[in-house]
Amino acid sequence: MKAMGVTRKKQRIWKKRDIPLYLMAAPAVVALFMFSYLPMGGLVMAFQNYNVGKRIFGSEFVGFKNFEFLFSTSDAWRITRNTVAYNVVFILVNMLVAVAVALMLNELRSRRTAKALQTIYLMPYFLSWAVIAIVVSAFLDRSNGLVNQIMILLGGAGKVNWYQKPEIWPGLLVFVNAWTKCGYQTVLYLAVISGISQEYYEAAALDGATRFQQAKHITVPHLRFVISISLIMAVSDIFRGDFGLFYTVTNNSGSLYPVTDVIDTYIYRGLRNMGNVGMTTAAGLYQSVVGFVLILIVNKIVSKIDPDSAMF
Amino acid sequence: MKERRRKKEFNRLNRKWNVIFTLLLVLVGILVAAPMLLILIVSFSSEASIAKVGYSFFPAEWSLEGYRYLLKMGDQLLDSYVFTIFYAVVGTVLSVFVMSMVAYVISVRDFWLHRPLTWYLFFTMLFSGGLVPSYILNVQYLHIDDTIWIFLLPGICSVYNVIILRTFIRTNVPEALLDSAKIDGAGHFMIFFQIVVPLSKAGLATVALFTVVGKWNDWFTGMLYVENPKLIPLQTLLTKLQNSVDYLKQNAGIASTPDGLQLLRTMPKTSLRMACTVAAILPILCAYPFFQRYFVQGLTMGSIKE
Repeated sequence: MKAMGVTRKKQRIWKKRDIPLYLMAAPAVVALFMFSYLPMGGLVMAFQNYNVGKRIFGSEFVGFKNFEFLFSTSDAWRITRNTVAYNVVFILVNMLVAVAVALMLNELRSRRTAKALQTIYLMPYFLSWAVIAIVVSAFLDRSNGLVNQIMILLGGAGKVNWYQKPEIWPGLLVFVNAWTKCGYQTVLYLAVISGISQEYYEAAALDGATRFQQAKHITVPHLRFVISISLIMAVSDIFRGDFGLFYTVTNNSGSLYPVTDVIDTYIYRGLRNMGNVGMTTAAGLYQSVVGFVLILIVNKIVSKIDPDSAMF
Repeated sequence: MKERRRKKEFNRLNRKWNVIFTLLLVLVGILVAAPMLLILIVSFSSEASIAKVGYSFFPAEWSLEGYRYLLKMGDQLLDSYVFTIFYAVVGTVLSVFVMSMVAYVISVRDFWLHRPLTWYLFFTMLFSGGLVPSYILNVQYLHIDDTIWIFLLPGICSVYNVIILRTFIRTNVPEALLDSAKIDGAGHFMIFFQIVVPLSKAGLATVALFTVVGKWNDWFTGMLYVENPKLIPLQTLLTKLQNSVDYLKQNAGIASTPDGLQLLRTMPKTSLRMACTVAAILPILCAYPFFQRYFVQGLTMGSIKE
């Protein structure tokens, strides 16, 4: 393409035929300019002592002060650690559960049972975090929750306020996240499995391989590739906390912050309190930049391993 | 077909393991379904039963109280329902319209801008200004907070969906067909509406379904930007209920009348909340098995390439 002469290219540029294309692209182009590109410009607030009255063009620039302030608090370390650690565990747990379930589901003799189960597994994926928070509270509520009721039945006092017990939350959040998202991944892996040519299995069966041997030597190797690609891809999102999970499911309970506060909840609270807009923006910029660098690295790695799976 | 089935017959899991796997998977299914079932059961429990045995799979007394009060509480819930349906339907129609058009444009390989345009879209997936600048922009500069525009405009173009649609168009609309239409003198509008849209129905349906679910489930926009009770989506209402039942007292508009005060005092707060939750998820969960095919197709369709 590049070798093509400039003059020929110029001739192609303004064609009457193309006018409808400009018109069709226009709404999306304008919308993204307004709601994606303008906010990128708004990131200058990270370098300002933002004043709500004076707004962006009136506020004074303070260089990297906001970042210095952000990283001098213990918050920066806490939210970074929580965001990254939860994401790593989420990725691994969800992958293991989903692969195991998909492998078993694929082997079931009754296709109808497998379909019905898959339908159930996928259901929580369509619930909002607002609903999931209520589901969780049905178990953990102090006065009526199922867990405390069961503790009473077992002879305990049963008046535990679970929303003030940080020690249970890391495990709980991993479980809730898996409950919500594993079904989706199971469906993905099942789709990969069903794409494996049936001939492999038939040939193996003729050679006398059991279903287990077939799974081990045909299905798993086929999956391994997809899994490793999707694991690497997942790394690019490792700096993004799931706001709904960490905010609504925990009821935004302050005593849980040491184990539940992630970058996104931190930014949200900063915004809501309107205390220090500059520093909150700085936290956002920190997240965006690290996320961007991660995507570039991940894409580089993926395009080395498998150019077809690369994002760009 | 018959031959394949016979072949499959001899190559299946043996019965013993089939039973074990089935049991394990059913157990997982119960683990997944039970929490949702609990909400459903509690919504049908009487307030007295909840006071006695708490939220339980085996309530002491079944009752429709929660739902009866759901109807009485009226205004706010009705407003939220109506608004959520409006948001989901209008938002999705606008969104799919905008996204499918731009998806077609970047699918046209000999359009000289198709590559820069794809990058213009794609870059927003790689880097974003984040929450604070968006908030400041919407509230301090555009002043669209607390209006319907905050629901309709910022999320109108999901680039992820655009890429899915573009891939769908490229794989499902034969190039030969487009070429012959071009030779016959059809313009891009005509090609898009007469050829591309009809041939991409399945892709459009999938994206539309995901968009509808996304908008139906959106609680965040309402929480961040909205005060006007007429513009509070169901899911936001749920989080507000979750945070304080008092919210109703201030906003339902029923507290002003003597009847309303009486109603509030006797209101079955907990089963009402669960009934509200069921009302919010029922449309999605009822529709989903019928559209599952599209959902599954959509979930597995997201390959992003250029």
